[in-house]
Amino acid sequence: MSSETKKHPYHLVDPSPWPLLGSVAAVVMAIGAITYMKGGTPIYMFAGLALILYTMYVWWRDIIKEAQTEKAHTTQVQFGLKFGVFLFIVSEVMFFVAWFWAFFNASLGHSPAGEVWPPEGIEPMGTWGLPFINTLILITSGFVLEWGHKGLLKEDRSRAIKGVVGAVILGAIFLGLQVHEYGEAAFGFTDGIYSSVFYMATGFHGFHVFVGVVALAVCALRLKKGDFTSKQHIGLLSASWYWHFVDVVWIFLFCWVYWWGNSAFFAQ
Amino acid sequence: MSDHTPTGWKRWAYSTNHKDIGSMYIMYAVVMALIGGTMSMMIRLELAEPGLQFLEDLHFYNVLVTGHGLIMIFFVVMPGLIGGFGNWFVPLMIGAPDMAFPRLNNISFWLLIAATVMLILSVFIGGGAGTGWTMYPPLSNSLFHDSASVDYAILALHLAGASSILGAINFITTIVNMRAPGMTFHKMPLFVWSVLVTAFLLVTALPVLAGALTMLLTDRNFGTSFFAPEGGGDPILWQHLFWFFGHPEVYIMILPAFGIISHIISTFSRKPVFGYLGMAYAMVSIGAVGYIVWAHHMYTVGLGVDTRAYFLLATMLIAVPTGIKIFSWIATMWGGSITFETPMLFAIGFIFLFTVGGVTGVVLANAGMDIMMHDTYYVVAHFHYVLSLGAVFSMFAGFYYWIGKMSGRQYPEALGKLHFWVTFIGVNILFFPQHFLGLAGMPRRIPDYPDVYAGWNMVSSIGAAIAGFGTLIFLFVIYRTFTAGEKAAANPWGEGAKTLEWTVSSPPPFHSFSEPPQFDAKPEAAE
Repeated sequence: MSSETKKHPYHLVDPSPWPLLGSVAAVVMAIGAITYMKGGTPIYMFAGLALILYTMYVWWRDIIKEAQTEKAHTTQVQFGLKFGVFLFIVSEVMFFVAWFWAFFNASLGHSPAGEVWPPEGIEPMGTWGLPFINTLILITSGFVLEWGHKGLLKEDRSRAIKGVVGAVILGAIFLGLQVHEYGEAAFGFTDGIYSSVFYMATGFHGFHVFVGVVALAVCALRLKKGDFTSKQHIGLLSASWYWHFVDVVWIFLFCWVYWWGNSAFFAQ
Repeated sequence: MSDHTPTGWKRWAYSTNHKDIGSMYIMYAVVMALIGGTMSMMIRLELAEPGLQFLEDLHFYNVLVTGHGLIMIFFVVMPGLIGGFGNWFVPLMIGAPDMAFPRLNNISFWLLIAATVMLILSVFIGGGAGTGWTMYPPLSNSLFHDSASVDYAILALHLAGASSILGAINFITTIVNMRAPGMTFHKMPLFVWSVLVTAFLLVTALPVLAGALTMLLTDRNFGTSFFAPEGGGDPILWQHLFWFFGHPEVYIMILPAFGIISHIISTFSRKPVFGYLGMAYAMVSIGAVGYIVWAHHMYTVGLGVDTRAYFLLATMLIAVPTGIKIFSWIATMWGGSITFETPMLFAIGFIFLFTVGGVTGVVLANAGMDIMMHDTYYVVAHFHYVLSLGAVFSMFAGFYYWIGKMSGRQYPEALGKLHFWVTFIGVNILFFPQHFLGLAGMPRRIPDYPDVYAGWNMVSSIGAAIAGFGTLIFLFVIYRTFTAGEKAAANPWGEGAKTLEWTVSSPPPFHSFSEPPQFDAKPEAAE
């Protein structure tokens, strides 16, 4: 800010090379993914992915610097950031709408799969075994996270770290159990529409849990470093909103895909 | 943070400035329009007479139709109206210094370029994607398109979708969070309203397309069965998901046009917009109802009769808010002291052409009628009247209205008017006969036709040539504007132009509104 004084509460961001780099990375990864899918080498896909991860790292590093060092995040800017995260989660909700649509289209008997759900020959997972345990784990993690968040609001940093790390550990256990469950499943990935819907819907959810775990782990590191105050912790707030969203998606998955969807099979 | 204007290529490549990014979007849209337009010229050339004119590989015709559709929708109209004019004028109109997330704004643009790269590659791989822009399976599955071309097209749409979602999040946050003091929602200019509704549609509709595209991708490459009946899947599921996105998508293309037209009609009638609040909420209701009408694209797939009756009724409902808009524009002109500069000509042209397209839309909304009209040239004529002539006319209108503001140089008036008349006559000769062809049963997406359709097809192709000539005039207008255009005043349009962008210089300073303008003007309606 040289010539004129800023008289508005907004944040004018300096020019940045990261958006361009991120787009180049996206093209590399997209072409690499197609190369890989068509039986070629996965190297380009992973190169693109690495470049995307690097872009995310430097981009967020800049944001954190702007928030911590430059104090650029006024109350007004913070509101904008929070609102942006909210809208991003709205778009994620609509992404899962597509998968649930596919699920209900098949399970309500609108598809050539016929009137029976699960389709004949599919032996689904027991609802009250691992899936239910996973539900409890994920719900617990949400409460543990909020307990830690309350800690930060009360300036109790060690409680905040405990809460966030606790959520990360529970999330990691959830992911481990989910992988285990995939290994135990009596149906393969390509065994028709039941498999398609089951693996893609729970798989995308699992991927979101993974992203949430990474985001919360970063927040734990930042808490340890001394970032975040009781008044300003957009990063932690965003990660926790995202975590609760992932939680709610799982509750829907559990109730419809695992419980209601499989009930006809277990009623026999 | 420095207020010095960055220079050289980095100013553009690394930009975090809404005006520079907006300019890049507009230039990009013009270039892509020339590519997409060339494709349509090739289509009309092929269809000028019965038999095959120049095509040898008939699959290439499908590739042309697909490319033309995808380019015009995702890479011309959306970047032009939302990325271009939206970026330039939403912050200016609400008195904000920039967008809420300037870096995100930049990646929205560059992801679009990434998407373009993927789309262009899709044309050159395995003969290209000939699926149509709707990409229905089974035509788009690996049995009928076994090369990677469709995979390239899918990932192109994924990238374009990501670009649009990020852009939309940016617009909504900007509008919600950065309005000048005193500018309540009910005092917001109508263009800002239109972008707000559009952005909301983008955030909620595009992820559903992303899900559907992912299903198609795994069906093609990993053996899932979402759309494959042999695995218990359902091709109709694709159509539901696609049109649940696709119908809001057509409003995404036309709502910003509504916003632009309202400003221009008001400016050149020297009257405030008639029924300002009604106009704003008409757009909101068009956006809302746009979500519950998707299956009117699917009347012929075997939906139950009750389902079709519902979608018929819901679709007809949209005529009400649309009618509110048309009549309010006319009422705005009523009793005004109207002058007919080029933007006004294009705006009035828009109202006429959009009304024609809207009326044929009401015809097509009837499930019974549509059984007969489905996939004929009547449908082609309908959506070209609302989009090619509606949305594109609004882009021309916006270009002439704002080019002085954006570049600092005013366009040559006589050439602009010539451009309008040549284009207006050309597109009507081009598309009006297609109603007759459709009523006579000519199917769309076929490179050849029986001799009985020869006459009107020739007329249509002559119209295309005239419209193409109009495009050359437009390019000449751009050339003359930048080489010999007169310096534009801050407000070249006089008392009718009341929105905030006319209070800053032409072109505006690199950072406008460093101090928020005190906005206490009355709402547009109050006088």
